[in-house]
Amino acid sequence: MPLLEIDNLSVTFGGLRAVDGLDLSIDEGEVLGIVGESGSGKSVAMLAVMGLIAFPGVVRANAVRFNGRELTGLNKRERRNLTGKDIAMIFQEPMTSLNPCFTVGFQITETLKVHEGGTRNTRRERALELLSQVGIPDPERRLNSFPHQLSGGMNQRVMIAIAIACRPKLLIADEPTTALDVTIQAQILQLLLGLQREYGMALVLITHDMGVVAETAQRVSVMYAGQLVEERAAGALFTHPRHPYTHALLDALPERGRDRPRLPTIPGVVPGLYDRPSGCLFNPRCASAQADCTERVPPIESGNRGRVRCWHPLREDAVGA
Amino acid sequence: MPETLLNAQDLCRYYEVRPYTFAAKKTLKALDGANFELRSGSTLAVVGESGCGKSTLARLITMIEPPTSGELNIRGADVVHAAGRARREMRRHVQIIFQDPYGSLNPRKKVGVILEEPLRINTTMDKRERRAAAHEMLQRVGLRSEHYNRFPHMFSGGQRQRIAIARALMLKPSIVVADEPVSALDVSIQAQVLNLLLDLQDEFDLAYVFISHGLSVVEHIAEEVMVMYLGRPVEQGDKSTIFDNPQHPYTRALLAATPFVDPQRRAHRIVLKGELPSPLSPPDGCAFHARCPHATEVCETERPQLRTLLGRQVACHHAESL
Repeated sequence: MPLLEIDNLSVTFGGLRAVDGLDLSIDEGEVLGIVGESGSGKSVAMLAVMGLIAFPGVVRANAVRFNGRELTGLNKRERRNLTGKDIAMIFQEPMTSLNPCFTVGFQITETLKVHEGGTRNTRRERALELLSQVGIPDPERRLNSFPHQLSGGMNQRVMIAIAIACRPKLLIADEPTTALDVTIQAQILQLLLGLQREYGMALVLITHDMGVVAETAQRVSVMYAGQLVEERAAGALFTHPRHPYTHALLDALPERGRDRPRLPTIPGVVPGLYDRPSGCLFNPRCASAQADCTERVPPIESGNRGRVRCWHPLREDAVGA
Repeated sequence: MPETLLNAQDLCRYYEVRPYTFAAKKTLKALDGANFELRSGSTLAVVGESGCGKSTLARLITMIEPPTSGELNIRGADVVHAAGRARREMRRHVQIIFQDPYGSLNPRKKVGVILEEPLRINTTMDKRERRAAAHEMLQRVGLRSEHYNRFPHMFSGGQRQRIAIARALMLKPSIVVADEPVSALDVSIQAQVLNLLLDLQDEFDLAYVFISHGLSVVEHIAEEVMVMYLGRPVEQGDKSTIFDNPQHPYTRALLAATPFVDPQRRAHRIVLKGELPSPLSPPDGCAFHARCPHATEVCETERPQLRTLLGRQVACHHAESL
């Protein structure tokens, strides 16, 4: 049984379908990467799982099951017992997701107080332990620091400490390294993967950086305009993408264009609220679009080579890696 | 023969700052001794993490700030001593594109006004000529004529960056400083903008100073690379020399930390300990020694100077033995 199972999740804001019929499942101890450009719905989908979509957003799903338990329709108290304990999330901007008015120590022990109880002293001990676990030097002193006294990388480590405080089964990391420098990014990714292995927790890594996903995830979901377009084991997805969008995205990476004078591009932009095309959402920008692509929305086709939402998926032998 | 447009010798920029209220002033060496040369039609990439001085360098080249010491020549003329007309004339030849296309365009001005403003200030062109020039430039950067009367908020990030590029090119500069021009953009848009920059370079024979922290972008676009750490260049030279065989431990760590999709490109991960030290109290000796896996005693006391090794400049005591 998968740890998290999402069946036909949709999130709408007014007329905008930010997430459109998403099916996704994550096994225990798995590292799943979700990639997509801005506006592809990757963050919104995970916020919906966390129950963090506020009015006017409307979340609809056939089922969102975590550990066998249905999440849609949980009341506030049940939801609160779950978030931060069994499912935790870290966000992109470490500087703005911590509260500037409270010390780091307070913010870590707050989570422990809500979910685990214990005495002041045991919580403090645990907070110290967590800080050293996430690689913060001199944790005694840092416990009394405010977020503005720490660097971006250090704040992200604090965020991670808060997220893992109750040993969650699932950690959702939403662009955890985008705001950080590359050497710090490498440190944070190494830390996350280390913790993932140590705790055997499932990790969902949301990012737009194909390189980060390729180096960390076991399985990758590619999203476009709110829909899942391709899902596959990481290695195969990057060498033999089947959806034309995945293929075009990989081709547009500068690292593949070293000896080429110009990069292949994807013409146009991601469709917005008013210019949603009929049929396949990618068809106006797709290099291999045919007549039927504009007529009907392609269904997700599942097989032993992953899932792909395309009428004319690329054949493996036809695509040069 | 491409002419030398930009020439810097021992370029420094220091700031006097108070670390906290009532504290004694301290000198922050944002840029501490950079030497480089830029020829027309070529691209120099400046690479480093935040706080390494790359944006300070951009401010010096664009004459937003004067250098504290050292020499900077733009098209053979000295920046420090130029004044009045000569200085204004030099400014026309250096333009800048900023990182964030959402912050760098005035939301209350229409695209046409934004594009014509440099012409209004710097040239004697009349209204009709300016309008024609703006329309032509819009076409050139891949926008349409009807965009002339629109406001920046009506455009996507990639289109805004095109407007920013158009604005930088209105005065037909010979040097364009691009301060992280694609880091705020999505992958598919990033490729479009990079291609545009390359096309424009060919067409106008532009020289780019391309500032970036993303090594894969630099590898694609640059000819010369300057890797900086805490205000000083640590390795400098031809792109392929540096990318194929980096000599400075910091360059190696930077390359190893860059995530690549292609499994063959993935280097053995060198994860650096710690973070960039404070530029207010830089460590003695080599600034990198506290994070360097190969540091020895000499690194803690003596600051390595740039020297030539295997066809590039490198500032490391142990470059040969690594």
